[in-house]
Amino acid sequence: MSDVSEKSSASVDKPGTPPDGAEPVRTGPTSGARTPSGLRLDLRLTILVGVLVALCVTGYVLQPDTFLSESNVSTMLRLAAAIGVVSVGMTFVIISGGIDLSVGSMVGLASVWMTTMATQSYGPWVMVVCALAVGLGAGMINGVLIAYGRLVPFIATLAMYASARGLAERLSNSRTQVVEQQGYLDFFRGDLFGIPTLIWMLAVVYVVGWVLLNRTTFGRRTFAIGGNEEAARLAGINVKWHTAMVYGIAGLCCGIAAIMVVARTTSGASTNGMFYELDAIAAVVIGGTLLSGGRGTLIGTLIGGLIFTVVNSIFAQNNLESDIQNIAKGVIIVVAVLLQYGTTRNRKT
Amino acid sequence: MTDPSLARRRFLLGASAIGASAIVVGCTSNEQAGGTQQVAAGGDNAEPGKEVTIGFSAPAADHGWMAAMTNNAQAQAEAFEDVTLNATEGTNDVSQQIAQVETLINSGVDVLVILPFDGKALTSAGQKAMDAGIPVINVDRIFNSPLAYRTWIGGDNYRMGVNAGNYIAEQMKAKNVANPIIGEVAGIDALPLTQERSQGFKDALARHGFKVGPRVSAEFTVESGEEQTANLLQGAPKLDALWNHDDDQGIGVMAAIDAAGRDEFIMVGGAGSKDMMDRIKADNTVIKATVLYSPSMASTAISLARLLGQGKGVSDFAEHEIPASITTYSAVVTKENVDSYMDIGFAS
Repeated sequence: MSDVSEKSSASVDKPGTPPDGAEPVRTGPTSGARTPSGLRLDLRLTILVGVLVALCVTGYVLQPDTFLSESNVSTMLRLAAAIGVVSVGMTFVIISGGIDLSVGSMVGLASVWMTTMATQSYGPWVMVVCALAVGLGAGMINGVLIAYGRLVPFIATLAMYASARGLAERLSNSRTQVVEQQGYLDFFRGDLFGIPTLIWMLAVVYVVGWVLLNRTTFGRRTFAIGGNEEAARLAGINVKWHTAMVYGIAGLCCGIAAIMVVARTTSGASTNGMFYELDAIAAVVIGGTLLSGGRGTLIGTLIGGLIFTVVNSIFAQNNLESDIQNIAKGVIIVVAVLLQYGTTRNRKT
Repeated sequence: MTDPSLARRRFLLGASAIGASAIVVGCTSNEQAGGTQQVAAGGDNAEPGKEVTIGFSAPAADHGWMAAMTNNAQAQAEAFEDVTLNATEGTNDVSQQIAQVETLINSGVDVLVILPFDGKALTSAGQKAMDAGIPVINVDRIFNSPLAYRTWIGGDNYRMGVNAGNYIAEQMKAKNVANPIIGEVAGIDALPLTQERSQGFKDALARHGFKVGPRVSAEFTVESGEEQTANLLQGAPKLDALWNHDDDQGIGVMAAIDAAGRDEFIMVGGAGSKDMMDRIKADNTVIKATVLYSPSMASTAISLARLLGQGKGVSDFAEHEIPASITTYSAVVTKENVDSYMDIGFAS
């Protein structure tokens, strides 16, 4: 955390002024487009949407019959849901100037804990509460270690990355735990008003996340801490408590994602959530959130995540090799970030 | 999970029958072990003989198949009153496994059973044991050099693909499907074992004039199986058959098929988990068969190690010694014969 604040404090003239990166703090209750960076933000979003649309058009041209069919769009959104929710938490963490490498392991741990025989015996809703509690708890441990134990986020969450996965393996004995609770499967694998429950959950998490980030003091403080931690502290923000809460949110998102993964796969396994940290960070970065903190958008993260899902879908449906797919993903990350970098370069230097 | 070269494989085809009989022997009694461990009867060799200490080293039991390998080895050792098993903690760290094997050598075990995390990397450790006069049984992931083991026992990835392909082709012909669309959900593409499975599948289908249609590769995890299959099904509105390489990821594959509400095709699994055998027996989903890559081979490895230690051969074989290599047979388990295989189904 200290290196992060040093970096951003370099762009601040004197302590106390709202730091460069924290401009969204000035965002009034009306619209983000009024901020000095608003135009650029919109340009970035336009580029992102353009990339997503271009990919969808590509998919449609290659598979005109199936790609934009209702069932494929619904499948893509369903597959994007868990990683999308994790990316919401990751966006908060990165905006606050941190990083969370443990999200995938926390998803795995929550998915295992909620599907043990003991948990399942209490019924579907206890399973849900269990997943949320495990995610929140693991996230808060991260947060407390970082905020009060003064561990660097990279190290604290690296420790959680290893130990949460290990605990998940121990709890499950490295076996796949099949969900026996039919009520759980019926609800979370089913539809609500004709739309899959998982997609509703994704939408609700994004809306709540957006309001929290853009329309509450909690969100503004998150930007402020990421922009300049010291300035935020001097401004009277309880930086430690706030930081712990941000990691708690990331953990809670992992708990929600675990509920979704367990529904999708009808089982809990310690291998669930593998590499989510990389996908989530990629989605956040593609979405235009600065890794150094202080600036970012949830809409960008959502589109960043969708871009990956669409790429996966195109490759799988056109029988392309998985190695080419990985190369393409790498290229997309670089191109998307470079395109956006071009729009912000003048400002950053 | 490296396998022998093609030339070796051809040579080993004869040995497949031995492997099959080893599996059958492994099926016989399993009362006390709770479903997944096999205990061979051992024929005339079952009479208690010279005390044998067997050293055992394997990778971490981090998925159902590997856990079953370790459990089977332990259960088989317990079934012999003249065997003491000296098992090390499973590890996926190659240098740690080498150190474990060296410790076992120094502790003076009579025979070593090594399931390496990486066959190539553990070759020198196997060689060291052989040089020290300790016979090594190399399980599944083969060493680089035959000098590093006394006997190799393992599965046959190529034949898994062949048998899956043959079964699907027969079913298609029985149903008079002219140009079937046959899908494949592979494991990790970068691994030789996946490449061999896919090659066998392709070769077998080609012999019947069929070809592999939509193909995706998952990562042996439930979640990746679900994701990849969901995409595959979207890209293929109609399928006639689907082969999934691995029953561990199969739970996810089945979840995706269920979510898509698809039932117009038949599915074949791979490895032989208890879960998939239950579904085959129930016969109310698309899965109709699974091709074995059974962890029962670990039980056989312990039996062979004991016989090596006692200087005996395999009963019913004319040879006085244990064979130098044994390849287990990738049998096709269907609704008709699933009952006789239930006991070797492993918990995924």
